[in-house]
Amino acid sequence: MPLLREPGSRYAPPRASALGLRALVLIAASVAVMVVDHRQHELTAIRTALSAAAYPLQLLVQSPVAAWNWMASSFATRSQLLAENATLTAENRENDLRLLRLEAIEQENLRLRELLNAAPRDVETAKVASILKVDLDPLRHRVLVDRGTTDGVTRAQAVIDAHGIFGQTNNVGLKATEVILLSDPTHAVPVQVERNGLRTIAVGTGEAHRLSLPYLPRNADIRVDDRLVTSGLGGVFPAGYPVGRVFEVKRDPTQPLATVNAEPAAALDRAREVMLLWLHPRVPLPASEPPPPPAVAPDKSKEKARKP
Amino acid sequence: MNLSGGSGRLPLYACSLAALLLSALPLPHFLDLVRPDFLLLVVVWFAIMAPRSGGLLFAWFAGLVLDSFRGQILGENALAFVAVAYLAHRFHLRMRMFPLAHQSLVVFALLAIYQFLLFWIDGVTGHPLTDWTRSLPSITGALLWPAVTGILGRFATRA
Repeated sequence: MPLLREPGSRYAPPRASALGLRALVLIAASVAVMVVDHRQHELTAIRTALSAAAYPLQLLVQSPVAAWNWMASSFATRSQLLAENATLTAENRENDLRLLRLEAIEQENLRLRELLNAAPRDVETAKVASILKVDLDPLRHRVLVDRGTTDGVTRAQAVIDAHGIFGQTNNVGLKATEVILLSDPTHAVPVQVERNGLRTIAVGTGEAHRLSLPYLPRNADIRVDDRLVTSGLGGVFPAGYPVGRVFEVKRDPTQPLATVNAEPAAALDRAREVMLLWLHPRVPLPASEPPPPPAVAPDKSKEKARKP
Repeated sequence: MNLSGGSGRLPLYACSLAALLLSALPLPHFLDLVRPDFLLLVVVWFAIMAPRSGGLLFAWFAGLVLDSFRGQILGENALAFVAVAYLAHRFHLRMRMFPLAHQSLVVFALLAIYQFLLFWIDGVTGHPLTDWTRSLPSITGALLWPAVTGILGRFATRA
């Protein structure tokens, strides 16, 4: 092993006291940065600048994957392309038919809501974003998508894929945004059982195919194969989007709460493209309604819910 | 072999950049779980072998860059990097004397301290991860240490 003697630099071991002092100062600086970042969220500008600097590197990292995909698509055979085209055309025709019906139903819904004097549902606009093949922390379920502040993305915005709710945006950069998946252990989404309207919260578990519903009492009316949709509380996710399907309900007579597990509807570990949603309320909500609980309940609200 | 200041810093930056890219390279999940903390290995190597060019300030900046790269709370990796670099720097003369296997053991201890600091900060900021797979990168990192010394020794001393 080579020993570097650094001959030109008049080598002398640094004094331990100065070293310790420098380490202390830097550690204090890190703690200060962490406190400001965590408590006040005031470092958004610095974070945006840093992530803008990181973006070319992230593109560089994913370039082998991109090159491979490009190769695969350019060397696809004609018959493959024809077959794909045929299935896509068929799908498109089916979707068109569904869309026709949907428009009629939407009009009807609006009329009925007017009759009931209820606030009309929010208007949603969407933009497609592709997931960058960049590995973040393996233990947290986060992905990077290629949309940022230049596309008008903001923090805590709903992200869906073709099958259901995918997650929500967290740190927004200039060109890339970090998305927390439904299955992230710190993520929670307010849901509703489609069959009977029972409201609860679905919490991520750190497994891509399992969400947990930890706050349901033992006698709650929930069964296997119940579909879960977003309840629209919390203001992040629009109401009525599929979240998952219950696959396990365990009622232990000695426990006050039931153990309920659901499978997410979205392809959390397979999706390549997702949609970012923007909500525009048609009319402001009446002021008498209590403020909705936050959708992500990482620190305080979760602790509160666990206490009883 | 002048590693202090000026153009001598070039290998330092090149190695750090390579390590940063390696730390984000898309890998299959099982490899992702055992992926060593490349950037920290580079920081530790420079703290031991060339503490004047790769000192504490370098460790701090490397940690900050990794934080922003991974979208974690800013300062988390920076703090852990500085703590580990301080220990490596403090004992660098002794560590240079150790045989390679012995060095790997010490590096394992350093990597374990790093993981513990991250775990602790995660807990304080409200999203703890109590998963045993957390310790795997320290083990692979220590196993990789001989290769790291070989590659970095060759590369950084030639440039």
